[in-house]
Amino acid sequence: MVSGGTTIEFRGITKTFGAVRAVDDLTFSVQPGQVTGFLGPNGAGKTTTLRMLLGLVRPTSGSATFGGVAYAQLPDPLRTVGTALEASSFHPGRSARNHLRVYAAAAGLPSSRVEFVLGVVGLLPYADRRVGGYSLGMRQRLGLASALLGDPAVLVLDEPTNGLDPEGIRWMRGFLRDRAAEGRTVLVSSHVLSEVQQSVDRVVIISRGRAVYEGDLDGLEASATVRADSAERARLASAIALTGAAVTTTDAGVIATGITTEEVGRLALDAGIALTLLTEERAGLEDVFLELVGGEAA
Amino acid sequence: MRAIASEARKLLSVRLWWILLIILVAYVGFTAALLAGLFGALGDQLASSPGAPQLPVETLPPIVYSTATAVGYVFPLILGALAVTSEFRYQTLTPTFLAQPRRGVVLAAKGLVLALAGAVFGIAGLAASVGLGAPLLALTGNATGLDDPDTWLLLARAVLAMALWALIGVGLGTLIPNQVGSIVVVLAFTQFVEPILRFGASIWDWTAEVGKFLPGAASDALVGSSIFTSSGTGTTAVQSLEWWQGGLVLLGYGAIVTVAGLATTWRRDVT
Repeated sequence: MVSGGTTIEFRGITKTFGAVRAVDDLTFSVQPGQVTGFLGPNGAGKTTTLRMLLGLVRPTSGSATFGGVAYAQLPDPLRTVGTALEASSFHPGRSARNHLRVYAAAAGLPSSRVEFVLGVVGLLPYADRRVGGYSLGMRQRLGLASALLGDPAVLVLDEPTNGLDPEGIRWMRGFLRDRAAEGRTVLVSSHVLSEVQQSVDRVVIISRGRAVYEGDLDGLEASATVRADSAERARLASAIALTGAAVTTTDAGVIATGITTEEVGRLALDAGIALTLLTEERAGLEDVFLELVGGEAA
Repeated sequence: MRAIASEARKLLSVRLWWILLIILVAYVGFTAALLAGLFGALGDQLASSPGAPQLPVETLPPIVYSTATAVGYVFPLILGALAVTSEFRYQTLTPTFLAQPRRGVVLAAKGLVLALAGAVFGIAGLAASVGLGAPLLALTGNATGLDDPDTWLLLARAVLAMALWALIGVGLGTLIPNQVGSIVVVLAFTQFVEPILRFGASIWDWTAEVGKFLPGAASDALVGSSIFTSSGTGTTAVQSLEWWQGGLVLLGYGAIVTVAGLATTWRRDVT
């Protein structure tokens, strides 16, 4: 267990590149003991936000802190925050072991930590190979190993499932859940909701630099779609519409959002409409996500 | 201290440093051997032909030994520049600044480690120039100068010059973070622009006054000897700088490019 726990706080953080507001007045916090998903399509400002949190990019205004302390002011940054950004920040001519030793030295960590984290991510057999010959999946694991070097209370991971095979994604899920269960603060970004869906407790969704949703996945699911059909399709549609839910009539039935399957069933019973189909759309979560981020391709 | 240990590991864990070192030793050794053999053997004939450029016998050992800096200084310069530009090129600035958010500390540690590496390059270059040059001088019946304390002072100043060149390289890499751009500037300036400027500057007194502050000229002044300053182009009465002035001028170049880089590219957002 990690004692204390560190909360990440974003306060009105904003970054403009010329006339473009890449990140626009974001305010949210990330709690210890949970996995928080930071979602949005590519170009929504996720990476810029994380880089501001880590002191790599200077915010135009606002602040991002770890328990009130900015990254650059942390006395021992690698022992507090473990980070894996894109999988390309390696010198191709350096071995994985030497790569980790360079940063262990910078943080004053013993080389036993290097061997330990290499073991955790399963890279020990390849540790003396130059990183230039690594696959994307191996680079992801090396990035994760760097993040774990200082045994930090906070993990910040940018698209950690990118380039992983299905087995690797499953391994990553378990890994994230375990860290959170130890009381650590875990912030994971992704542009694909389904990849983190099963491992996150909370999500923050951003689009074009603005937060469009913050809460748990159940909250998102409440607005998932219901598909129903009947021989009296038009009557069913108007009955559902009367409840205030959004309704679309298609050849494949009536699609409604803002209403549950149970409510539709009861409504049909009361109106005496015989249903031929009543189901919750399983892709609903992803659809809601896409709708929130403005229908951009994920 | 941690930042220094980290920078030292960075330098030693990639092949670049020993590849450059091997080329340096081979290049300097070849040049020194050529000069020692040629002038050592031809010395008598040159002295007896009035039209030929004259080389006083006592300047021969310094000229041979100082090839370590005269032709070798470009190697610590490139090593220093690449130590910085590779961080930009491979985006390793991200993990570097994550481990040490105080960027000035990172650059200071890099400068220190590279200066040490430059000194090692200097020692290796001198081992080649003295190791091949002295036996060849002795073989051709010339003095080796190795019994003269002045020769050893010259060698010490050559090591200092190589350390300063590595430092200038670090500053230059910070100022021009593009790897290819940095190497092109180093090679174009050291192999082409500066030799021409120095040659041109030596024609008139007033240009020679300016020309002696060129980095290569300052380096030669610091070491106290060079094949370039002794090869008979000195048609003006202008004296080169004192050795300590040359050292300060070199250090000044290093400081200017480093501060300029520190204030521009080193402070930028790392994306």
